[in-house]
Amino acid sequence: MLAGMPKKMHKDGEGIMKKTIEGSIGIAQAVRDCEPDVIACYPITPSTHIAEELDRMYTDGEVKSFIAVESEFSAISALVGGSAAGGRTFSTTSSQGLALMHEVLFTAAGMRLPIVMCVANRALSAPLNIWCDQQDSVSERDAGWLQLYCESNQEAVDAIPQAYKVAEKSMLPAMVCVDGFYLTHAVEQMDVPDKKQIAKFLPPYRPPFRLDPKKPLSFGEYAAPEHYQSFREDISKDIDKAKEEIRRANDGWGKITGRRYGNGLWEEYRCNDADYVLVAMGSFAGNAKVAADEMRKDGKKVGVLRIRSFRPFPYELGDVLAGNKGVGVFDRALSLGGVAPLFADVSASLYDSGEKPILSSFVGGLGGRDVTVFHAKNMFGKIMKGKKVSMFIE
Amino acid sequence: MEKKKEELFVSGHTACAGCGAAIAIREVMKALGPDCIIVNATGCSEIFTSKYPESAWNVPYIHANFENAAPVAAGIAKALEVKGNDHTVVACIAGDGATYDIGWGPLSGSLERNDNVLYICYDNEAYSNTGVQRSGATPFGAWTTTSQVGNKIKGKTEWKKPIADIVAAHSIPYVGVSSMAYPFDVEMKVKKAAGMKGARFILIHSTCTTGWRHKPELTVKIARLAVETGLWKVYEIEDGKEKVNIQPKFTPVEEYFKLQGRFKHLTGNDIAFIQKRINEEWGKK
Repeated sequence: MLAGMPKKMHKDGEGIMKKTIEGSIGIAQAVRDCEPDVIACYPITPSTHIAEELDRMYTDGEVKSFIAVESEFSAISALVGGSAAGGRTFSTTSSQGLALMHEVLFTAAGMRLPIVMCVANRALSAPLNIWCDQQDSVSERDAGWLQLYCESNQEAVDAIPQAYKVAEKSMLPAMVCVDGFYLTHAVEQMDVPDKKQIAKFLPPYRPPFRLDPKKPLSFGEYAAPEHYQSFREDISKDIDKAKEEIRRANDGWGKITGRRYGNGLWEEYRCNDADYVLVAMGSFAGNAKVAADEMRKDGKKVGVLRIRSFRPFPYELGDVLAGNKGVGVFDRALSLGGVAPLFADVSASLYDSGEKPILSSFVGGLGGRDVTVFHAKNMFGKIMKGKKVSMFIE
Repeated sequence: MEKKKEELFVSGHTACAGCGAAIAIREVMKALGPDCIIVNATGCSEIFTSKYPESAWNVPYIHANFENAAPVAAGIAKALEVKGNDHTVVACIAGDGATYDIGWGPLSGSLERNDNVLYICYDNEAYSNTGVQRSGATPFGAWTTTSQVGNKIKGKTEWKKPIADIVAAHSIPYVGVSSMAYPFDVEMKVKKAAGMKGARFILIHSTCTTGWRHKPELTVKIARLAVETGLWKVYEIEDGKEKVNIQPKFTPVEEYFKLQGRFKHLTGNDIAFIQKRINEEWGKK
């Protein structure tokens, strides 16, 4: 996580408020300062601290609402209603909770509702497991939600206003994905943006359409074969266009806070002159960066490419990876019966490249199994051997 | 019923001739007026009113999923409240499958939270939209495509779920049970409930010509017989007190059954068994 901390502080330090707090508390504060109208949550580990803090804020009059629903299914449903009525909305969940929302995730995206949700990433049952991997949100990759994966709590806090900005510009819902426990429960120093900074960046939500008796509209009609595909084509094009909004939001936020995360879509770390690159998503990227630093001291030309936007996926990064001797992709999720999900997309990004690197697939860190600097070095070691591997990391 | 020039639920939709649900919804909309937002669960009413790019709704309308009308409405109501709107009525319109069965968990949660939502169920006693399958609302003995009449089993072997009483057990401000064959009763209940805050629930018995296997022109007659025989009790519950709005004539229940194909297999013994239960419920011998 050290590597995820800002390299450069804000020029004049204005608005910088360093606090040492738990990740979940920082995320809740960022949510509060985006001033959502409708918050609906259901407890599930490891997202629960975010929900509890938002309820604390509600009872203290700091946020406008908190609906303590009877299931995650109803949480996302309430946000569909709240968003369609023109409100800014928020929920948080993990694992089984996200899986229970599955049906409504597609509905929210199809209805073009810019809901923002923080997913505290956790393994899916069975066997039951409360610890971190990314199977929950990765499994929802086809739902039409933007997915931003964070390396540090500082980034998680920064990604909340960015997610609202991109979602409301693109009229698509967005997930901010943070590794369960590694981020949600970690106490570390961060600069929590203040209300003024967020207000400068994120204008009040003015929906282009909403449920309003003065101007009756019908939402969520059914579409027969002559129309359905056209809706799907529209959303497909628009989620691609959201890439530009993610870049812009990263820049815009950087101008206010001094913090930027690569180009918004991905972040390159010591990739410029690298021969071997490890691609990863989430908090493990911090360990991979430390491993790269240590191996560079021994003259190894290694770098890390961290995917920040998994959906939309920036296939342009194939241009960065092409020309390397070896690339390894670390997945904290599986697609059972197929290749690992992040590996599949990185492979696709390289298909049209002239100089294809040898591409290896590593899967690990499932259900909270630790993946450390040691493991990152091992993966670099495998990549540097110049032979393609596909393996689980122990 | 007071006449209004403007129809909020317009003709041109694609309901079957003699559809009880369409009549129920028209009655509801006349009583609700234009200052409302409708949340429609998946089902017949959604399919026959909202085929893109057309709509039968002259009020704001949203259909999300089958089982989540109540929480979607709760989110709308919360957004309106936060924005200072204290007048627009947020109303769900859902069938019995969405209400008794698949959406029951979310609905019960919404009732327990006393969400500011008027939930209206048109009860045509089966999954009509998918071709008439049994639901928790299908009455004892009725044929459906998943409670068929065979050599060993003849129709549904369980009683209908007493949904209004289960809803009332949540101690919400208002529960009303009506029938689409009594438009003034529907109007009275919808207007009364619309003027209240918190969770309110109205159940409207609605015939289904294809599912009940009856002639389209008998829609109102059959729905009236359900009330007149005492099989369908028209009542309301306020502050925990029950009030019967329409006293039955206790016409023999056979009169109701014999007009519907779904009951045609019932024997004299079956009918006597059901008649006995009706009599007991009304405290008759």
